[in-house]
Amino acid sequence: MRKIREKDIRECVRRLALKANVRLRDDVRRAIWAAAGREVSARGRRVLRELLENAKIAQRDSLALCQDTGLPVVFVEIGPDVDASGVNVTEAVQQGVVRGYREGSLRNSIVADPLRRGKPGFGPCIVHTTFVRSKGFKVTLLPKGFGCENKTQLKMMPPTSDAKDIEDFIVGAVRDAGPDACPPYIVGVGIGGSSDYACQLAKEALLRPIDKRSRVPHVARMEKALIQRLNRLGIGPMGLGGKTTVLGVNILSYPTHIAGLPVCVNISCHVLRSASEIL
Amino acid sequence: MIRLSTPLDPSVLKSLRVGDEVLLSGKVLTARDQAHKRIVAALKKGARLPVDIKGCVIYYCGPTKTRPGSAIGSCGPTTAGRMDKMTVPLLKAGLKGMIGKGRRSPEVRQAIRKYRAVYFLATGGAGALLSKKVRSARLVCYADLGPEAVVELTVKDFPLVVGIDAEGRDVFAHQERKR
Repeated sequence: MRKIREKDIRECVRRLALKANVRLRDDVRRAIWAAAGREVSARGRRVLRELLENAKIAQRDSLALCQDTGLPVVFVEIGPDVDASGVNVTEAVQQGVVRGYREGSLRNSIVADPLRRGKPGFGPCIVHTTFVRSKGFKVTLLPKGFGCENKTQLKMMPPTSDAKDIEDFIVGAVRDAGPDACPPYIVGVGIGGSSDYACQLAKEALLRPIDKRSRVPHVARMEKALIQRLNRLGIGPMGLGGKTTVLGVNILSYPTHIAGLPVCVNISCHVLRSASEIL
Repeated sequence: MIRLSTPLDPSVLKSLRVGDEVLLSGKVLTARDQAHKRIVAALKKGARLPVDIKGCVIYYCGPTKTRPGSAIGSCGPTTAGRMDKMTVPLLKAGLKGMIGKGRRSPEVRQAIRKYRAVYFLATGGAGALLSKKVRSARLVCYADLGPEAVVELTVKDFPLVVGIDAEGRDVFAHQERKR
């Protein structure tokens, strides 16, 4: 058994906060680059080129890609070889987030009381901890901007729904988001589980590289069909028209109850940020 | 490409057309949700505002923290639609320009036409790039709101697209928002 220390977790999260916020994910950068070459709308192309330029400047100057450095969502996966006894994992993650955000001059976007609001701080973030089969202590940090988080939709669909019904709901959610949440989008979808778990899956789906399709063949087919359909909506980069409305659609599914079919759509703006490390 | 500077005068506002690409120089005020809420409450009470919005351009923006040696941190636009229900009183009070991203409500569109103003779009998620167009920043009011404080930015060649012009023509007219 390998002992994990709070200090290691804190330092790891600090590094991830800095990296995720200033360095655009390679898969996202490649997708924007490819889209810039394909895009037929001049306004759309201009936006995509600005995004590539933005990513360059952010990395060069260690500057946040976007001023909305998000509500950090942190996934901690603890393998069977890791001894975390006596370690306050959640607290160490929280401290790491605050350190990273402070050090990177990132934005303090979190209000302590959702009703009374007040002066925002750097935390707390959201922490999901699970015990997994793969070895090591894995930490993934996803700074989720709220322009797109606000466009999340959950629908408890009837269990008799077919693929088209599900696709129609997902397309509707993207159409509702329209030009508002910084398209081209990456669409995370969670299908199955319970209402809360479908939402978590939709967010986790955003962590998968956007050029990789699901390993489940009929889910991969749904992803491909959705990418084609969504890119025909004509929303385009920043809503200014064009054929680049989404850069990817990632679906995660999970067993569910005979009476239901929860579907959650968690949209990400084009600045999909995440970083992970295995300790 | 059209070069504009603040304050935006009526003849300029009249000449702008939806879809025009603009480089804006001069002064803009950052204000978003909570600052709007306070300004609208003050206008309603007839209280004196801590910031004069007459003739001004408001930028829906909450920047990241400023590093020593920089004018500002990352500073792209936030979703404008959240400010819709608080925008008409500001236009009535003399606001002439807004910078944000995304759609506006029909009420805002009509008010932009009525008061002869303009709504500009900036590229969302390009905050690092846009920070290079800011020369200086000065805190104006509501410091307790942190990144939502009202800050006066002096910008140079800030890249924008006209989203709604003074005639009320809307670049997103074909993409009406569900209400």
